[in-house]
Amino acid sequence: MKLSFRGGIHPLNNIHHGKYLTDKKALEVMPAPEKLVIPISQHIGAPAKPIVKIGDRVLMGQKIAEAGGFVSVPIHSSVSGEVLDISPTPHLLGNEVQSIIIQNDFKDEKVSGYGETRDYSKLEAKELIAIIQENGVVGMGGATFPTHVKLSPPPEKKIDKLIVNGAECEPFLTADHRALLENTEEIINGLRITMRILGVERGIIGIENNKRDAISKVKKACKGLPIDIKTLKVKYPQGGEKQLIQAITKREVPSGGLPMDIGAVVLNASTCIAIYNAVEKNIPLIERIVTVTGNVKKPSNLVVRVGTRFEDVFEFCGGFTEHVEKLIAGGPMMGLAQFSLDVTVIKGTSGILVLGKELATTPAQINCIRCGKCVYVCPAGLMPLHMNSYSIRGDYEMAEKYNVMDCIECGACSYVCPSNRYLTQSFKFAKLQITKKRRAENAQ
Amino acid sequence: MEYFEKVKVTTSPHVRSKESVSKVMTDVMIALIPATLVGVYFFGLYSLLIVLTCMVSAVVVEAVTQKLLKRKITVGDMSAALTGMLLGMNLPPTVPLWIPAIGAGFAIVIVKQIFGGLGQNFMNPALGARAFLVASWPALLMAWSGPKGGFFASIAVPDAVSGATPLALLRAGETMPSFWDMAIGNTMGTIGEASAIALVIGGIYLLLRKVITWHIPVMYIATVAVLSFLLGPNSFDIASVGYHVLGGGLLLGAIYMATDYSSAPVDNKGKILFGVGCGLLTAVFRLFGASAEGVSYAILIMNLTVPLIDRAFKPRLFGEVKAK
Repeated sequence: MKLSFRGGIHPLNNIHHGKYLTDKKALEVMPAPEKLVIPISQHIGAPAKPIVKIGDRVLMGQKIAEAGGFVSVPIHSSVSGEVLDISPTPHLLGNEVQSIIIQNDFKDEKVSGYGETRDYSKLEAKELIAIIQENGVVGMGGATFPTHVKLSPPPEKKIDKLIVNGAECEPFLTADHRALLENTEEIINGLRITMRILGVERGIIGIENNKRDAISKVKKACKGLPIDIKTLKVKYPQGGEKQLIQAITKREVPSGGLPMDIGAVVLNASTCIAIYNAVEKNIPLIERIVTVTGNVKKPSNLVVRVGTRFEDVFEFCGGFTEHVEKLIAGGPMMGLAQFSLDVTVIKGTSGILVLGKELATTPAQINCIRCGKCVYVCPAGLMPLHMNSYSIRGDYEMAEKYNVMDCIECGACSYVCPSNRYLTQSFKFAKLQITKKRRAENAQ
Repeated sequence: MEYFEKVKVTTSPHVRSKESVSKVMTDVMIALIPATLVGVYFFGLYSLLIVLTCMVSAVVVEAVTQKLLKRKITVGDMSAALTGMLLGMNLPPTVPLWIPAIGAGFAIVIVKQIFGGLGQNFMNPALGARAFLVASWPALLMAWSGPKGGFFASIAVPDAVSGATPLALLRAGETMPSFWDMAIGNTMGTIGEASAIALVIGGIYLLLRKVITWHIPVMYIATVAVLSFLLGPNSFDIASVGYHVLGGGLLLGAIYMATDYSSAPVDNKGKILFGVGCGLLTAVFRLFGASAEGVSYAILIMNLTVPLIDRAFKPRLFGEVKAK
């Protein structure tokens, strides 16, 4: 029996979750473009502080902005070249963010120490965590939470389950799938470094059953190592942190709590690569695997430098095949819709998806018929229909009573709703209002 | 860049399934086709006329009401047509055609649109209309016609015969029709309720299509079965279970009426309670009440408890224990 959780859906099952476009495409290195736009805020927490000036020459891997606090990481230059400007540019989140714009000199001249190998087994956990922060490693599954913070739980929270998330349940995305296949050793080594940091004896890698090739590859590579491979049922949102932990360990992250409360830490597969690069090769996080897919001429899995503009990515992939209805950073279930090609690939960009009219529908919603489908599919055990009726009326107190704050925004309810109601959308708004209110109350 | 002009920007999710309300409603109508055909076979083509009148009236009345109320006309969602079909299933095969027209009008205007339309009705519109018709024209609604292979009869009102439905016979202590006749629908009753086999086939279709879950029908039927086994008319008589389950409107009510989304609980535990409640009331009405039947009123009364049941039963929250 494959491990799984309660609820969930099979999105875009009719087109094999859209993954067929890229799941057989080997990783391809995209050459760095002429100009890179590197935002100083690519992670949850305080933005980094620029430490270079306009006109400075920078080297590949050189730190160009330092961490703005403990919950923050530095930013590094992905190429060698000249700092053209430091100014606000369009960001994936829809706002403008201060960015360091670098003219590439195409020499890829590396900063000193870049690529120097290091034996992690001689280092203490504290030193390893410092190396990980210094190299700008954040969670690369999309949330971009600084990894060193995740790896520094308070001493009373003993971690005994360390899980690498290879579920990749989002339709269309295959970045982690390819990483598991082609960067197997890096991922395993990243996991082993983290096991050492947290003092965990056995690591776990969870992979959805639709990536059989990855499962057998990883299994083979882990032979004799203290690492267990867990096969997960193909179901969305299997890669949701809480769902993944529950499927594998049968432990539930308490409502309002964190994985560390039940002794678990989850790392994205790509994050493991970044940890490995940082610790064993002293290479900062300046490139990542991005699935570029949907209505593009050449759907691909690319290794892209952080700071590459979307326009350059599409140029490389041959452009679009038809009118772009939606441009999405991430997958179709939880990704962020974009309106500009000037946004850039950042540390959390696992995919760029182009949807045409056929899939990117925004149908008019009609009355809820109380069919209860949203309730059956909700992985958080919520009642979306009631939360929605309170949220759209502005009754956030009642929405909160129906546990809207426990919504993980996976979108499963909206996906199945026969009345096409904008359920998840209303919960995001309600959560924002409730968070604002809580903050205001705390400030008093 | 080519093809990149006006793009849509919304929050996620960006894709949707092909589910729609009209598909759900159409599925229920498909499920009712076997029972309708059996009804038409045994009671004659006039039954089909009744069902069609119900459906057309419901659709027309909904469109006109929405036009008058300046609402968007939504008859395309097929819910009005389904309400009409369900009402037709609940009428005897002898009523004059103005009865279905008035019934459908009541179901749509009074029970559905006044309370806000689709999904907002607090009771089953078809059953609400049936109750209204029974109260207003009891003689017409209690007139049965003999099943005489009437399919080949002309499209005319069949002669109402002084027959009785199986449950009425059971009550009067008279000879019962055979179980086989009750299973295939060769008995007296409303157009849709007669054939147990056809109703169950449709029910299985709805379960497979995931339109309904087992909770309400199974709990409802099981409750009636257990109580009729215990209480009567002869205690601990397995035959009375057969009569009560097959002989009246129980299967039609449990599979198609009590499962109406708008007027049933959402959570599965709530559905179990709702089903048991419907079963209890049905058994009490049938065994101790004034009428041989009891399904319609049992469901209507349980409909009224749904807001309370919904408040009491919620699914288990993931990670229910609050963090310290």
